Amino acid sequence: MAGLELLSDQGYRVDGRRAGELRKIQARMGVFAQADGSAYIEQGNTKALAVVYGPHEGMGQGWTQGSQLKGARGRHMQDRERKTGGFVLEIRGSRARALPDRALVNCQYSSATFSTGERKRRPHGDRKSCEMGLQLRQTFEAAILTQLHPRSQIDIYVQVLQADGGTYAACVNAATLAVLDAGIPMRDFVCACSAGFVDGTALADLSHVEEAAGGPQLALALLPASGQIALLEMDARLHEDHLERVLEAAAQAARDVHTLLDRVVRQHVREASILLGD
Amino acid sequence: MAMEMRLPVARKPLSERLGRDTKKHLVVPGDTITTDTGFMRGHGTYMGEEKLIASVAGSVERVNKLICVKALKTRYIGEVGDIVVGRITEVQQKRWKVETNSRLDSVLLLSSMNLPGGELRRRSAEDELAMRGFLQEGDLISAEVQAVFSDGAVSLHTRSLKYGKDVDLSCPARTRHGFAPSSTHLLTYPEAHISQLGQGVLVQVSPSLVKRQKTHFHDLPCGASVILGNNGFIWIYPTPEHKEEEAGGFIANLEPVSLADREVISRLRNCIISLVTQRMMLYDTSILYCYEASLPHQIKDILKPEIMEEIVMETRQRLLEQEG
Repeated sequence: MAGLELLSDQGYRVDGRRAGELRKIQARMGVFAQADGSAYIEQGNTKALAVVYGPHEGMGQGWTQGSQLKGARGRHMQDRERKTGGFVLEIRGSRARALPDRALVNCQYSSATFSTGERKRRPHGDRKSCEMGLQLRQTFEAAILTQLHPRSQIDIYVQVLQADGGTYAACVNAATLAVLDAGIPMRDFVCACSAGFVDGTALADLSHVEEAAGGPQLALALLPASGQIALLEMDARLHEDHLERVLEAAAQAARDVHTLLDRVVRQHVREASILLGD
Repeated sequence: MAMEMRLPVARKPLSERLGRDTKKHLVVPGDTITTDTGFMRGHGTYMGEEKLIASVAGSVERVNKLICVKALKTRYIGEVGDIVVGRITEVQQKRWKVETNSRLDSVLLLSSMNLPGGELRRRSAEDELAMRGFLQEGDLISAEVQAVFSDGAVSLHTRSLKYGKDVDLSCPARTRHGFAPSSTHLLTYPEAHISQLGQGVLVQVSPSLVKRQKTHFHDLPCGASVILGNNGFIWIYPTPEHKEEEAGGFIANLEPVSLADREVISRLRNCIISLVTQRMMLYDTSILYCYEASLPHQIKDILKPEIMEEIVMETRQRLLEQEG
C-alpha cells in the first residue's frame, strides 16, 4: 500500500490510535458449558476463541478424528467434535508420551476459513498453524504448573474467528482465560501483545494494515507479576539499538492487557461466588 | 411444523438481581495472598520469593495455619468414600479403567468387583478372561472410592450390592447381542434389591456443584430415582416398583420404560441443567423443589433462559424459606 502513513506527524496511527495505545479488548470466560474451560476475546477486530480440556488421562494410540470412531472409545472425540462445533483435531498422542513427572500440554491453533480477507483453504494442519501450536505450547508450558499433574494431558484448542493483526497475542490471551476457567494452576497470567517499529517510534498492538506494511514486528508473551518473558518472537530485521524500545513498548502493552484481563477474571469469579452463595 | 425463533437479548447478570455481595477473599493467579511465612500452603497456592501466591482463580480458604485457594471449577478430586458414576474406557489385564471426570482415569480392580451370584472367592485366570463379559468399554457403573493413589488416581470398588452396572439411555443403543442368559448383568440397586429396569439418563455437571451428603442415592417422590455422583455424573432412572431380595449379580432389564416415567426423567434432567446453569448446588431437596417449580411449564420450555431463571429463582426462595 504505497503512500499509507502508518504514523502521522501528529502521532496518530491509521486507526486513530496513539503509538502505545491498545485496541479495545472485550473478553468473556465460560463460553462453552461442556468444556473444562473456555474463553472468547476480541482485540479490536481480531476475535479468538479458546477451549481447554484437562487435565485428563493421556490419550492412547489410535485416536483419530472423531467422525471415524464409534462407541465408547470414540465418545470423547465425538462429544468434543459435537460440542465445539467440529473444529477439534486430536493430535495422536500415545500413552508412552505421557510424562511420568508432569503434565503434557498439547496446543492446537486453527483459523477459520472466513477469518481473513481471502478465504483460507486449510483451516488447520498447515505449516503456520503447526508453528503457532508449538509456540503456544512453549508459552503455556512455561506458565502452567505441570508438576502438579503427572501423567495427565492438558489440551488447549484455539481458533481465530477473525484475524486483524495480533493473532498470536489474541490466542495467548484467550487461552490464558480458558486455562483459568478450567481451574488449572498457573504461575501467573500470560499476557501477550505485538509491537512494531515505524519512523523511530515503537508501536504497540499492530493491526493487520500495520503488519502488512512490512516493518519489523515482535510478539511478546509476558508473566506480568514477575516480568518474566514466556515467549519472544520476531522474524524481521531490526537494528539492535531499537530492540530495547520495541521490547519495552510490547512489555508495557502486555501489562495493560493484564490489567484488563485481571478485571474480567475478577468479575467472573465474583459473580460465580455470589451465585454459589456463602 | 411450528418453528420458534429467538433473538439475542442482553440480560442482566443474575448476581446483580440477587443484590448481595460475597464476603470471600477472591484471588486470581499471580496475586499475593500473604507474605507471612508462618502459614502452610495448600492447594491452589505456590511459594514464590518468600510470598504465598495464588495459582488458580477462586476464593481463599483459611483453616488455622493452612491456606488454600478453592478454584471455581475443577476436575473431580477423589476422596475415600465418595460415590461416583463412571464409564469404562478400557479393559486391562486385571482391572478396568473408568472415566470419572478426574485428572486421571480411575481404576476398578477385578478383586474389587462383585462376582455374579455373590460368591466370595479368589479371582482366577478364568475370571480374568471373563472380564469383558462383566463390563465392556462404554458401560456405565456406579461405585465407591476405595483408595486414592499418590498421583491422584482413584481406585474404585463395587463390593457392596448397592453398586453395579447401569444402562445409559442417552447413549446410542448398546444392544448386547449374543447375550448369554446365564451371565446375567444386574443393575444393582440400593439396599441390595434387584431393579427391574436398567435404563436411565446421565447428566454431566461440574463436580463442585454436587453437595456432599450422607447418602447420594435418592428416591424422589415424583417417580424417579437419582444417583448424585460426587464426580459430577448424575444418573437418573425410573424407580423400580418391586424390590426383591437376591444375592448379587448383574442383570440389566431392558424392558421399555413407560411414557410417564420418561417424562419425569426428562423433566428432572432439564431441571438439573437449569440449576447448573444458574450455579446452584445440587442435592435432593434443590432438585425436588426445582422439579415442582417447573411443573407449570412444558418440559422443552424449561431450557429457555428466561424460564430457567424464573424456575431457579423460585427454587432459591423456597430453599431460603426452608432454612430461615
